[in-house]
Amino acid sequence: MNKETDKMEYPIFEVFIRSKNGLEHRHVGSLHAADPEMAMENARDVYTRRQEGVSIWVVESKNITASNPEKSDELFDPAQDKVYRHPTFYDLPIELKHI
Amino acid sequence: MSVEINLDQEFQSRIDAGERIEPKDWMPEKYRKTHIRQISQHAHSEIVGMLPEGNWITRAPTLRRKVGLLAKVQDEAGHGLYLYSAAETLGISRDEMEVQLLTGKAKYSSIFNYPTLSWADIGAIGWLVDGAAIINQVMLTRTSFGPYARAMVRICKEESFHQRQGYEIMLGLAKGTPEQKAMAQDALNRFWWPSLMMFGPRDADSPNTEQSVKWKIKRKTNDELRQQFVDITVPQADYLGLKMPDPAIKWNEERGHYDFGEIDWDEFWQVVKGNGPCNKERIAARTKARENGTWVREAALAHAAKNAERKLSTKVAS
Ligand SMILES: [Fe+2]
Ligand SMILES: [Fe+2]
Repeated sequence: MNKETDKMEYPIFEVFIRSKNGLEHRHVGSLHAADPEMAMENARDVYTRRQEGVSIWVVESKNITASNPEKSDELFDPAQDKVYRHPTFYDLPIELKHI
Repeated sequence: MSVEINLDQEFQSRIDAGERIEPKDWMPEKYRKTHIRQISQHAHSEIVGMLPEGNWITRAPTLRRKVGLLAKVQDEAGHGLYLYSAAETLGISRDEMEVQLLTGKAKYSSIFNYPTLSWADIGAIGWLVDGAAIINQVMLTRTSFGPYARAMVRICKEESFHQRQGYEIMLGLAKGTPEQKAMAQDALNRFWWPSLMMFGPRDADSPNTEQSVKWKIKRKTNDELRQQFVDITVPQADYLGLKMPDPAIKWNEERGHYDFGEIDWDEFWQVVKGNGPCNKERIAARTKARENGTWVREAALAHAAKNAERKLSTKVAS
C-alpha cells in the first residue's frame, strides 16, 4: 500500500453553527471535505448529532484572513487608553436618573 | 540565544498566569511537538477504539443495545475528527498523522489491542475504558492549548452517555442468569488491568510528566489519575456484585484511598511495543480502510474540481 502521504487530502473547512435562532453563528471546529457540499454534510454529522444547531456555515479555511498574534500590540493596544469611549468617563450628578 | 530564553520565560509566565495558548502564538518547539504527539495519539486512540466495539454492532442482543452502541461508536469517530483538527492547527497534516499511525511511528492507547471476545466486553469497555478516558479527559478540558481544551469540552459532554450505556450492559448481565453474570465477571477480569494501564507508566518511570505539568498540558500525574479511577470504580463493581480481579484492593482509612496491586508492567510495555494480542489486526484494518478509500477520495476530488469549473464557466457565460 501507499504509505507515503498521498497528496490527496481534502481541503480544510471551518464550521460555524447557530445553536438557535436569535443567536449568532459560532466557530465550532473544522473538518476536511472535497467541496462545500460535502463539507456541509460532514458538518451536520460531526457537529450536530445532538441538536446543537439550526443553521450551519462552512467556509474553506484558506479564505479566512486572520490577524497575526505578533501584531496584537499595535492592533489592540490603542484601544486601551480610550477611556472616553466608556460611559463612566462622563461626570454627571448622581441625582440624575435614567441616564 | 538570550532572545530565545526571554521568549521561553515569557511563554512560561503566560502559562503560569493561566492564559490559554492559541495556534498562531509563539510557543517553544518542544511544546508544539509534545502537543502534536499527544493530540494525534489521542485522535488515533479514538479511531482505533472503534474497531473492538464495531466488532459487536451486528451482534448486539437487542435493538436498544444496538442503537446505543452504534451511536457511541459514531461519537468516537467524531472525537477522532475533533482531535485531528486540533493537531492540524499546529502544522501537521491529517495525512501525515495517518501515515504515522499506519507505519507504527505514532502510538494509540494500548487498551485497544485487546480483543472483544463476548458481548459483556462491550459493557466492560463502556464502563471501564470510557470511564478511565473520562478521568483523563476531564483534566484535559483545562489544558493550556486552546484547541485541545475545546475539543475536550465537546468530547466530555458526549462521553458520559458512553459510560452509562456500558454500565447498564454490565448491570443487566450481573443481575441476569449465572451464565450472564459469569460473562460479566470474565469481562471485568480481562479489562481491569489493561484499563489501569491506560493512565500510562508510573510517575517514577514517566520522565515527561514534570514538563507536561509545568506547561499545564497535564494537571495531574498518571498515578494520581489512576488512583482517582480506582477509587471511583471499586464501589461500582461492588454494586454489580462482581469481584475485582486484584486481591490487594482494600480501603485504606489512613490514605483515604483504595490500595491496589502492582500492574504487570512487562505486559504494558509489550503491548506498547506492538506485541499485544491485536496490534497487527488493528493496523491492518486501518490500512485496509485507507486503501479502500483511495478511489473514493480521488473521485470526490475530481467531482469537486469539475463542479468548480462548471460554476466558473456558467458565471462567465452569463
Ligand atoms: Fe471518545
Ligand atoms: Fe467514549
